[in-house]
Amino acid sequence: MPDGSAPDGSRIRPEGAPLAGAPALASGGQSIEDSMPTEDTLSGAATLANQAGLHARPAVKLTQLAKSFASRTEFAVAPDGPWIDAKSPVKVMRVKAAKGETLHFRASGPDAEAALAALLALVDAKFDEE
Amino acid sequence: MRVANVGIVIVSHSPKVAEGAADMVRQMVGDSVPLAHTGGDPDGGLGTDLARILEAIEAAWSEAGVVVLVDLGGAETNSEMAIEMLDEDRRGRVVVCNAPVVEGAVIAATEASGGSSLELVKRTAEELYA
Repeated sequence: MPDGSAPDGSRIRPEGAPLAGAPALASGGQSIEDSMPTEDTLSGAATLANQAGLHARPAVKLTQLAKSFASRTEFAVAPDGPWIDAKSPVKVMRVKAAKGETLHFRASGPDAEAALAALLALVDAKFDEE
Repeated sequence: MRVANVGIVIVSHSPKVAEGAADMVRQMVGDSVPLAHTGGDPDGGLGTDLARILEAIEAAWSEAGVVVLVDLGGAETNSEMAIEMLDEDRRGRVVVCNAPVVEGAVIAATEASGGSSLELVKRTAEELYA
């Protein structure tokens, strides 16, 4: 990295940011994107590196961490969903992602950037298990 | 400090099951949630005991309320009787959860550890049977 920014900061990007050369919004104002609210949604991804993957204990930790933020936080094992509410212990427990799988996160709300950074850091730290 | 977290009571016919489920909650969720467990009849056999259930509710008491996880028949009826015997101001804040005792205890405690309401803690654990 050329600058001194946070080591994982480069993985967080605004979702739905206009691409260069993208057409301007239609004048009719009908161009509402997908199902997410129009407030800023940040996204990022991290690969499960701990042996057991997203088993019971990591699922509890992920849920607890997500709950400590006000923002809406979701993740998926594919970049286009289906999206799981990271604050729902039952839904998170059912994902059962294995080591090597990538978790795609997205967050929106007042503390979205901090929430996203914390969730990615938890996965990177192997859920503090190893 | 925020408002107290909802408490968890585990009631099983087997004292070993009750103790083991409580161990899982403590190890997986931590100690931010009031927790008590009881199992077995006064003679040391399998069963549940009204007085011990009342003691467990007292031990796990939280102003935010208490959810009770039960295994089979008598555990549920005795827990319901115990709730009816509570003081009027507490009675409405203790609920039996329709969820598997071990998984339900872990999920309920995970939800409770985030400061969720009694109603949400109960509903989340009951998603396990949904």
